Amino acid sequence: MIYLEVPKSLKPIVNQAHQVAKHVFRPISRKYDRAEHAYPKELDMLAALMDGLSAGGAQRGAGVDGLRRDEQRKDGVRNGANMSTCLGLTELCWGDIGLALSIPRQGLGNAAITAVADGEQKERFDGVWAAMAITEPGAGSDSANIRTTARLDGDEWVLNGEKIYVTAGSRADSVVVWATLDRNLGRAAIKSFVVPHGTPGMEVVRLDKKMGIRASDTASITLTDCRIPRGNLLGNADIDTKKGFGGVMQTFDNTRPIVAGMAVGVARAALEHTRELLEKEGIEVRYHGSLFSKSAAEAELIRMEADWEAGRLLMLKAAWMADNGIPNSMEASMSKAKAARVANRVTLRCVELCGGLGYSEDELLEKWARDSKILDIFEGTQQIQLLIIARRLLGKRSSELR
Amino acid sequence: MDNEKIINEVMGGGLRALNRIADSPLVERLGLEERTQQLVYEGAKRVVETAARAAKRLSTKRPSGRQGSSRKFDLSLSEEQQLMRDTLRRFGDDVMSPAAREADENGAPPADFLAAFSELGAIAMSVPEALGGAAEGVSAVSQMLIAEDLARGDMGLAYAALAPLSFVNAVVSWGDERQQADLLPGFVDGDETAATLAVVEPHPLFDPATLRTTAKKTSSGYVLSGHKSMVALATSTKWFLVAAEIPKVGPRMFIVDRDTDGVSVSDEPTMGLRSAALGRLKLEGARVPQEALLGGDAALKSAGKVAYRDAVDRARVAWGAMAVGASQAVLDYVVPYCNDRVAFGEPISHRQAVAFMIADIAIELESMRMLVYRAAGRIDAGLDGRREAYLARTLCAEKAMEIGTNGVQLLGGAGFIKDHPMELWYRHLRAVGVMDGNLLV
Repeated sequence: MIYLEVPKSLKPIVNQAHQVAKHVFRPISRKYDRAEHAYPKELDMLAALMDGLSAGGAQRGAGVDGLRRDEQRKDGVRNGANMSTCLGLTELCWGDIGLALSIPRQGLGNAAITAVADGEQKERFDGVWAAMAITEPGAGSDSANIRTTARLDGDEWVLNGEKIYVTAGSRADSVVVWATLDRNLGRAAIKSFVVPHGTPGMEVVRLDKKMGIRASDTASITLTDCRIPRGNLLGNADIDTKKGFGGVMQTFDNTRPIVAGMAVGVARAALEHTRELLEKEGIEVRYHGSLFSKSAAEAELIRMEADWEAGRLLMLKAAWMADNGIPNSMEASMSKAKAARVANRVTLRCVELCGGLGYSEDELLEKWARDSKILDIFEGTQQIQLLIIARRLLGKRSSELR
Repeated sequence: MDNEKIINEVMGGGLRALNRIADSPLVERLGLEERTQQLVYEGAKRVVETAARAAKRLSTKRPSGRQGSSRKFDLSLSEEQQLMRDTLRRFGDDVMSPAAREADENGAPPADFLAAFSELGAIAMSVPEALGGAAEGVSAVSQMLIAEDLARGDMGLAYAALAPLSFVNAVVSWGDERQQADLLPGFVDGDETAATLAVVEPHPLFDPATLRTTAKKTSSGYVLSGHKSMVALATSTKWFLVAAEIPKVGPRMFIVDRDTDGVSVSDEPTMGLRSAALGRLKLEGARVPQEALLGGDAALKSAGKVAYRDAVDRARVAWGAMAVGASQAVLDYVVPYCNDRVAFGEPISHRQAVAFMIADIAIELESMRMLVYRAAGRIDAGLDGRREAYLARTLCAEKAMEIGTNGVQLLGGAGFIKDHPMELWYRHLRAVGVMDGNLLV
């Protein structure tokens, strides 16, 4: 039966994440925006706090660990790990996206491990903090065209190549690296490998200076004859040209609704705060009467809220599908495309609506407007999402709709 | 009434309604026997169960009300909703779509259209068993799905079909016992289809909460004055449900017979929705009895205020559902068209400029759907739906028209000429931002 409210069963985890966002992230949000590349030591405390919460019997943390695709069940609907993770990230990113991306052991690489790893690997990499390395200087959205190679030599993989834009790439314990087993075999030959920091041959060569999410480290990494155990290839080493990208790309079905959640969080932060500031100017939001009889500011707040709700509900839909074992590639892309573009538009408009106050560093509005831009870029740009959706709708292969 | 009598009456009404559906030649023509049998089976099973419960207490409660607070986020339909959906989609494809163009040109639905719709059982399945119908309870979600699936067939014809259904919904939800007993059986049995809602008024910046139409109290009843706009089936209807402001009380709804002195109706040709035979209703000192007030005298108190607010929310859900259905028709049409249409040596869908427009249609369509579904779900769960219905309307007003205009754009010149239904949908979809009333789920 159609019911689109957040279930009571997930309220504790939402509340828990909100408390962290409010009492841990917000107070230090500006500090680490200014001190880019300084390690937020508060996060160690947070990791301990989260471990304590789970040990104390509270529900699993709000990060990306523990995401898995549940088998479709006959005994009713599930609101499970995918939904609680999205909702948790929403709250954390209401606090601060950069800090949320820096929570130990909650990296995007962890989502990849969960999505692709086999049972033994899941156990072996449990508790690891894994970053995700896909993009290269010559291949961003065009991820089938990566040049990093993996060659089997005895019982070890030998990796060579260069990765950029690796979120948490210097702070994480490990990096999940995308590399090709054979450049001539296209996307089917691309596999993911877990490379622990400290492995000889892997080096962090640079930390990027960025417009937003400055609390999060974004690293460039080189791999030079970097040797890792054979068992660190996630999933299956077979090259199945029919199945294509399937394996590694599955990660995105899990992570895109999460990025949508981040967008929903930062946009809500901006909307709420703008509304508070405008209330002091006598602008009140009322959900009745003709939209055109309202002040432009009130009408704009309502329009933004409607768009924001759309992103939020599309996120919940994609997560609900994953929790119930329903394939959701297109819906995951839809949620990310909508929520991210809305978050960017909303945060920018909120700066504009609040004028000098919005533009000033006295408020966090201008920071949110800088932070939000990355959401429409990483884990697949807006345009890549549109391609995925359009190919699915039109029944086109990537060779036809390029 | 003793228990046995109650059981018999409840079962009688429900089974009569189900029997009519099972008997329908239209069902056979559409090849829906299997679906319908299932629908009838489920309905019959429930009629028996409800009859047993009814012996204890007659209830028109919403079905979800008893599920308590442990509910989960859920996008799945009940079996009955899915069956109704399958039936109405077939009806939309096989009956509504082919009739849409001619009905638009005639400015009226085909002669047998309303009877055919009634035959499918959508009205009987909307009236609770306790009131002689075949529904488990009233459900805004079920009504919303009906509106969506009909509008996917054709939004103009959907407006015609939904006008009497909306009238029935209003009487079920807020009518007093006598109004329900007088009015509902005819609609459940399919003998009666001539009813419509008259809320919208013909002036800019219309707001259903501040009506210009007034209902002044007299010793014997009310005197209604004002104009109502874009009323479906206006010249052929028998019953109007008119929204009017009672001074010092607030907006309320009145059941008005078209033969009342002071009531006049004229055609009102519009940009789209023409197949619903829209008309202008003029009320010039029209005297109606006290009993015309929907819900009776109790409606003068807060119950009537709540009912009217609820009606406004439910109108927004209805038009939102119409927007979703008609936008779905646009998406379903542009996909094969752009795959077949070749330019520069390949299908135009191979170009990102085209493909991205289609992806955006799909994203915004799903966005609208989620907001509309959420508002309806809240109403069924007994939660306040005012904010959600308003946001759904706000989003649909903007995005539905965007989808309409992009649909025409994707077809190019073909979208502008009447060989294709796209220009009709474009005209229909402009109504989403205009209509704020005249239907309800």
